Amino acid sequence: MNEVVPPLLHRRRLYLWGALALVMIVLPLVFNKGFALSLMCQISIMVIFSLSYNMLLGNTGLLSFGHAVYFGTGAFATMHALNLLGKAGMPLPVSLLPLVGGTAGLLGGLLFGYVSTKRAGTTFAMISLGIGELVASASLMFPAVFGGEGGVSGNRVIGKAVFGVTFGPQIEMYYLIAAWAFVSIVAMFALTQTPLGRMANAVRDNPERAQFVGYDPEWVRYMMMILAGFFAGIAGGLSALNYEMVTAETLGAWTSGVVLLMSFVGGIGFFYGPIIGAVLISMLAIGVAGVTKAWLFYFGLFFLTMVLYAPGGIASLLTMHKRLWNAGQLLKVMPAYAVVALPLLLTFGGVVSLVEMAYHHAEGVDTPLQMFGAAIDVESAASWLAAMVGLAAGLFLLKLTWRRVSEAWRQVLAGLEGKGAA
Amino acid sequence: MSAPALQLTDVQKSFGQTLIINGVNLSVPQGERHAIIGPNGAGKSTLFNLASARFPVSSGDIRLKGESVASLKPHQINRRGLSRSFQVTNIFTNLSVFENVRCSVLWSLNYKYSFWHRLAALRDANQQAHRVIGEIGLAHRSDTVAGVLSYAEQRALEIGITIAGGADVILLDEPTAGMSKSETRDAVALIRRVTEGKTLIMVEHDMSVVFDLADRISVLVYGEIIATGTPAEIRANRAVQEAYLGTSFTEENHD
Repeated sequence: MNEVVPPLLHRRRLYLWGALALVMIVLPLVFNKGFALSLMCQISIMVIFSLSYNMLLGNTGLLSFGHAVYFGTGAFATMHALNLLGKAGMPLPVSLLPLVGGTAGLLGGLLFGYVSTKRAGTTFAMISLGIGELVASASLMFPAVFGGEGGVSGNRVIGKAVFGVTFGPQIEMYYLIAAWAFVSIVAMFALTQTPLGRMANAVRDNPERAQFVGYDPEWVRYMMMILAGFFAGIAGGLSALNYEMVTAETLGAWTSGVVLLMSFVGGIGFFYGPIIGAVLISMLAIGVAGVTKAWLFYFGLFFLTMVLYAPGGIASLLTMHKRLWNAGQLLKVMPAYAVVALPLLLTFGGVVSLVEMAYHHAEGVDTPLQMFGAAIDVESAASWLAAMVGLAAGLFLLKLTWRRVSEAWRQVLAGLEGKGAA
Repeated sequence: MSAPALQLTDVQKSFGQTLIINGVNLSVPQGERHAIIGPNGAGKSTLFNLASARFPVSSGDIRLKGESVASLKPHQINRRGLSRSFQVTNIFTNLSVFENVRCSVLWSLNYKYSFWHRLAALRDANQQAHRVIGEIGLAHRSDTVAGVLSYAEQRALEIGITIAGGADVILLDEPTAGMSKSETRDAVALIRRVTEGKTLIMVEHDMSVVFDLADRISVLVYGEIIATGTPAEIRANRAVQEAYLGTSFTEENHD
């Protein structure tokens, strides 16, 4: 057999990792404003968190509604370790503290995974929800550990500065987070290329068959759960160091929901999907929340749209288009896209107008609503009518024109497949 | 003499009030090709499900190479060298053909739940997977996602997954069901090739396949084995002829 064992890293993959590292190093030099820096810290943490979530959902087929438990446990453990360290001057440097978070997350996975991974599917989802609620309510019952409503805070600038690094300035914190994120991303990718990682896919696809090739699906799920808990804990630990504050919300349903949203929107079928999701949703959350009070509503709408029309997530849309790009056919679908652009814009404008007017009205302020460069009187029937007509027209035109997109895709794909078969 | 590859003693199975398997005794020596035949609903697949621990037995004992396995789970029985295929194709549909087969060799090569080995570097696993894929004639489909294979290809993959781990007791549940004549011929040749030197127990409806492959045949009717013997003995058995009355159990039908 002339099969060659591939090198540890394919050249192409090595370039990708190099590019990722480079981007993470260079970005804060370009966007060095305080706001951009904290956004990048936030994004890097969420990238680790959502990749750890996808170890369960995408890789093992476990839909968890309680992944924040491991993130939060890691965050609280790290914060307590930090405070102990500050008091007692223990030897572990701050830069390694996320390991405490990882260990706590791992222990959480060990404990709760034992209960929840007996079954997959709905049972697992329900148990994860139950555990999530259990831990969240416990966090309010034990203020000594979880700090009650105020949470637990600490100061990350402790101990001796190593090479002059105190992690006081945000930029130093960023590089610490980025380093952990890079290592975690590589580690989680590597995991997908191991026997356990592949058997997780097998168990996701067909747990029964996995049994009949010698694997215990419960063990595969359990081990994936423990490892996912570890990485979630690292993310939590970094978040504790970053904000120097951990509240009960960290391990609550909201956090669990956000990580599901990020992974799903990014695309759970692809390793890089959750990365896209984490970057996009983090930016949207801050960007949209900055302009409108209705940001949560838009979030829900966005999620709904993705689930309905692009269940494979953004990564799958990218992959679809990359296929055309590789075949030099991408231009062929562009005319159809141009045709639907206007109806899409109209629909979008209609929805936004209605939502903003409704929120503005509910607030009961007298000033007119400033939107799309105009002052809109939300008390006049005409503005509502205009928005509704806009939305209706947009939807109608979209319905009419969307078949152009489907048709263009159908033709291009038929062409590609014809070529492939020949 | 070594212990039988598979031995069923007074095995009973009931679902609720319904007795499906009623005191089956069966002993298959190592290296034998044994076929289980019988009318629809006789309990053939149930028998397989009991032997592979998919269902627990209601009573009785099952021994694999002399060791009682009646209380084990499917993965534990598989690790002791019993592997099975399914009547309804049961593969990892989202994984490639290669990944399907490689998943089936990992445990037997002792990689277990390793998350520190790199799959691409597992020379033994990859070579064994490639060899099996070659044997089942799917080398040209190696990178194809299993879910999009043709029916016959999926059946071949099903057999590949079953034998890849090197189990020495192979249970095949209707391996040629739904196949055309030529596909059946290929499948029989494949089964003969890949079970060489192993114990094969198969449930099969196609009598030409049964009489072609089997060293011995057991006839299961209403959850009981009414006869066990060589193909010639079974053909001559009056009770069997009666059980199969109307389906013309004659010479010209199966050559």
